[in-house]
Amino acid sequence: MNIVVLLKMVPDTVEELNVGADGRSLDAEFLRYKLGDPDEHAIEQALLLKEKHGGTVTLVALDAPEVDDVLFTALAKGADRAIKLTGAESPPGTPVLAQAVAACVRGVWNPLPADTLILCGSYAIDDLEGELAPWLATAFEIPLAMVVAGVQIEDGGRKAVVTREFFGGLRGEFELDLPAILGIQSAEKPPRYVPIAKVRAAMKSARIDSQAAELPEPPAGLELGRMAKPEAAGHAQMLEGDPDKVADQIIEVLAQQSLI
Amino acid sequence: MANPILVLAEHLRGSLTEVTFEMLGAARALAQSTGAPVQALLVGSGVEPLAAQLGAADSVLLVDRPDLANPSSEQVSLAAEQAAGKTGAGLIFVAGTNVSTGIGTLLAARAKLPLVNFCREIKVADGRPTFVSQLFGGKVFAEVRMAGDRGVVSLYPGAFRAEAGRADKAAPVERCDLQAPPAKVRFRRFVEPETGDVDITRQDVLVAVGRGIQSQDNLALAEELAQVLKGAVCASRPVIDQGWLPLSRQVGKSGMSVKPRLYIALGISGAPEHWEGMQSSRLIIAFNTDPKAPIFDGSQYGVCGDLLDYVPALTEKLKARSS
Repeated sequence: MNIVVLLKMVPDTVEELNVGADGRSLDAEFLRYKLGDPDEHAIEQALLLKEKHGGTVTLVALDAPEVDDVLFTALAKGADRAIKLTGAESPPGTPVLAQAVAACVRGVWNPLPADTLILCGSYAIDDLEGELAPWLATAFEIPLAMVVAGVQIEDGGRKAVVTREFFGGLRGEFELDLPAILGIQSAEKPPRYVPIAKVRAAMKSARIDSQAAELPEPPAGLELGRMAKPEAAGHAQMLEGDPDKVADQIIEVLAQQSLI
Repeated sequence: MANPILVLAEHLRGSLTEVTFEMLGAARALAQSTGAPVQALLVGSGVEPLAAQLGAADSVLLVDRPDLANPSSEQVSLAAEQAAGKTGAGLIFVAGTNVSTGIGTLLAARAKLPLVNFCREIKVADGRPTFVSQLFGGKVFAEVRMAGDRGVVSLYPGAFRAEAGRADKAAPVERCDLQAPPAKVRFRRFVEPETGDVDITRQDVLVAVGRGIQSQDNLALAEELAQVLKGAVCASRPVIDQGWLPLSRQVGKSGMSVKPRLYIALGISGAPEHWEGMQSSRLIIAFNTDPKAPIFDGSQYGVCGDLLDYVPALTEKLKARSS
């Protein structure tokens, strides 16, 4: 199978996020980037499919801080090739990102081989202009499934059968003809761990192909106004003190509310 | 009069979902300021009876065909594109739920319309809407306007009041056809939720664990606390994805929606996807090491510290009290 994984770095929300001086973007000074959780699962799902059906896993990512570590880690886990798209000064919106990624993929495969499955995270926390997968499905005119939590390949690689999450634990099974694109919510197994020594070895033995990204002008339809931190409608009453003192306060609350 | 607002009604297994009424309510509120008519679009097979519940709209467009049973995102977005073209719709509202994810973006991509995702609030000034979007897991909000009159807005489930979108009356229904090629994505079957040992939607007390629990071994701390409070343990997505607890214990967007009397959140940051499933809990007490974790904004009580220190002390005191 020809498996392509599109990766997107997002700000790590464990760190404090601040709005920059322009009031319309994040303050880059203290930003740290990481791969979104669904993207981690997209890598894992790709590796599981490769192990089961053979083929190659190609990673495509836009350049961003920490992206080399992410790509080498995925290579160490078993991906075959990594392409880094350079030249974006700041993270572009999804429509521009989708066109840059589409141009890269077309540069490698045109047309897409019949056994191609493109995977990406089902969503990212900065998807203001929509998710990546549907933009690409439109660009390539190929079938799309979102919120995918399981992938089976049938008919000798001609068809994917996917499990899509709805809500309340309910899921649905859908079939798509390949080539297709899937927005992965979660892989069938937790993302695998790879020892740092293997990542270091990959840094020596493997390489990342850098290519200049084809970045079109962003579409003119949206006007981004102010960005701000949320003004919380309320805030918890914080319970202070050592564990015993906090426990006493909680017990008092629970007793007042007849919960114990 | 402004261009109509088209609301894409969401339904699953023969029922409209709550977010449909939330979208209709949001559309009605906007229509009050702009004078736009509100149209609902219902796409599916055998869905005509549902149209009677969409009376908060001024009219209902119905695309009801046998081949649209559990339609793909592509079919629904195509129907919305054609309906919007026919009625001259300006704004198109879609639900930001797992059921509808993909529809809005497909529609925007194909029809070359701007799209605003994660919308939680709509403000109107001078007859023009400003959409407030929740980004970066709820840590930053962005105010966005559309340059023209047309565009797609994906509304966050639970952000708008559903009551405002319900009406006793029915709206006139107009049948529409759909020009569509054979579906590229075909529905096979539903996979029913796993039935676990515990139904977390029926518990008075839930002890919820998130990434901050750090390891599977630490789950025992939560189990013990739940036991002494006669409740059950549930979890946010990262814990379920690790395989530490079964799917039947997941709270949030893809999992269960719960309304316990007491929800104790251990090491849960409070991402919007999790809030969606537990925001109706009566009393929320949260433990987190990050004083700025969003979970504290919606909780009544908070403890900033290591749950590995605080939880055993609480459990021991509760045990001593009950013995």
